[in-house]
Amino acid sequence: MPASPRSWLISTGRFRAIDRLRKRRREVPGEHDIAQETTDIENYDVVDDRLRLIFTCCHPALNPDAQVAMTLREICGLTTEQVAAAFLTTAPTLAQRIVRAKTKIRDAKIPYEIPERGDLPERLASVLHVIYLVFNQGYFSRADLATEAIRLGGLLVNLLPEPEAVGLLALMLLHDARRTTRTTPGGELIPLEEQDRSQWNEPQIKEGVRLVERALTSRGFGPYTLQAAIAALHAEAPSSQATDWAQIVGLYDVLLRANPSAVIELNRAAALAMRDGPEHGLTLIDAILARGELREYHLAHAARADLFRRLGRKAEARSAYERALALAVEDPERRLLERRLREL
Amino acid sequence: MKYLCLVYQEEKQEGNVPPGQIEQAKRDYWAFTEDIKKSGHYVGSNGLKHTDAATTVRVRNGKLSTTDGPFAETKEQLGGYFLIEAKDLNDAIQVAARIPSAKWGSIEVRPIWG
Amino acid sequence: MKYLCLIYEDEKAWQTMSEADMQKGMAEYNAFTESIKKNGNYVGGEALQPTKTAKAVRVRNGKLSATDGPYVETKEQLGGYYLITAKDLNDAVQVASRIPGAKHGTIEVRPIMEFDQP
Repeated sequence: MPASPRSWLISTGRFRAIDRLRKRRREVPGEHDIAQETTDIENYDVVDDRLRLIFTCCHPALNPDAQVAMTLREICGLTTEQVAAAFLTTAPTLAQRIVRAKTKIRDAKIPYEIPERGDLPERLASVLHVIYLVFNQGYFSRADLATEAIRLGGLLVNLLPEPEAVGLLALMLLHDARRTTRTTPGGELIPLEEQDRSQWNEPQIKEGVRLVERALTSRGFGPYTLQAAIAALHAEAPSSQATDWAQIVGLYDVLLRANPSAVIELNRAAALAMRDGPEHGLTLIDAILARGELREYHLAHAARADLFRRLGRKAEARSAYERALALAVEDPERRLLERRLREL
Repeated sequence: MKYLCLVYQEEKQEGNVPPGQIEQAKRDYWAFTEDIKKSGHYVGSNGLKHTDAATTVRVRNGKLSTTDGPFAETKEQLGGYFLIEAKDLNDAIQVAARIPSAKWGSIEVRPIWG
Repeated sequence: MKYLCLIYEDEKAWQTMSEADMQKGMAEYNAFTESIKKNGNYVGGEALQPTKTAKAVRVRNGKLSATDGPYVETKEQLGGYYLITAKDLNDAVQVASRIPGAKHGTIEVRPIMEFDQP
């Protein structure tokens, strides 16, 4: 295998693409405008090669870390060192992971192609997941990775405008629109209700909302679109109090039906607490914890602590914040929890 | 009666073996296969690519999940198999013991069902 | 390209099954085998007897040892395999996903090595 997987991936695919194009031409006899034909070949090649590269790098039979690493290196053009830094690993480890994935592509014969229509939902899910992982990796500290994920999401929407691809792009745009207001200059997380909404990126929110609406009116939207719809309601609300919590709870209900998950239940409980009052939210969170789920999840304890705080039950709030702090890893989140404890 | 002889050996070790020994092992395998073809034991055999190229497939609630890697991580890995016809288990064990990898790996002998 | 699909299932489930369920399970396997014979994916396949019939054979310093039991104890056990021919890994995974055992057990898909003669 040549040193550059990209050129290797593209060259093996290109011949097939041209073959297919030739075949298509034979099927459509008649006169052709030669200039038009040349452009067709180029467009066809670029779109097809791009998509093939994305689907090959994000193939579910490859190690998930390798999928992300190959996507960042081969599609986004980051260097091995840059990818390694983003994922807190060394360049040689990362390079080895990529070599292993390339060897598997060759040995197990992972095809360099766009999936058949019938396989598309499963394969697209894997691509969207990789893009979302890249975005989340950049959530707190790496704006460049979030930007890369958005660029990649936009590219995918242009090439393959499936509802969930549109939904994911909307979700990322809406979250990213709040980036500058999410942490203090000192690096402490600012919760949604305390963020300076005048500083949110208005054009980006408009674009996100437009995409959510587009995804919602098409058939086959899913969890990314629903999460984007929730993010859109937050983004368009003038304040936390004036947020349409009833509709947010309703969207979480739909999301839960499509995608049962304790984390989504937790988010729903927090939204329901805003709609019906803190004690209603507490009942739901306690029920989730009683099942044994999310006991080690810092945000479950943080959400519980917030509700105790709003009810003025200080001792219970304190012990829940302390539990959350013991489990939290990200620095911005830890600082917010420490502030909450000080303020009690 | 048919038996499946599963050949387990350490993939990692292969990198440490001098090229001369690998060539010898290939010749030994070739000779062994010719031998059991002559004696009428041979039904079929295949070598597998490394477990790095393995993919695990499951279907749950109608949903396909595909993951990288073999079913189980083991010290020695399944590297191939021989399907043989043998008089009885003793005969099968005798054949299995002559598989070159029996000297450095492990052979699992399993009777075929039905 | 050829692939070996190794079928790992909980063998106890087969042993404790009612006669009717076992008939149903076998009918499913037969139907699957017929379908891949028809569409050309099938090269071979065998079902194995339970792991309690297995022997692990080793030769060290010229001495043969045969111990009871499979090479490795696992939660699900190797119960059989299909050798298939497929266009590429996607095609192989599609075939593997239709093996009845994929619904409750695990299928490992391994590409076959093409040997050259010495």
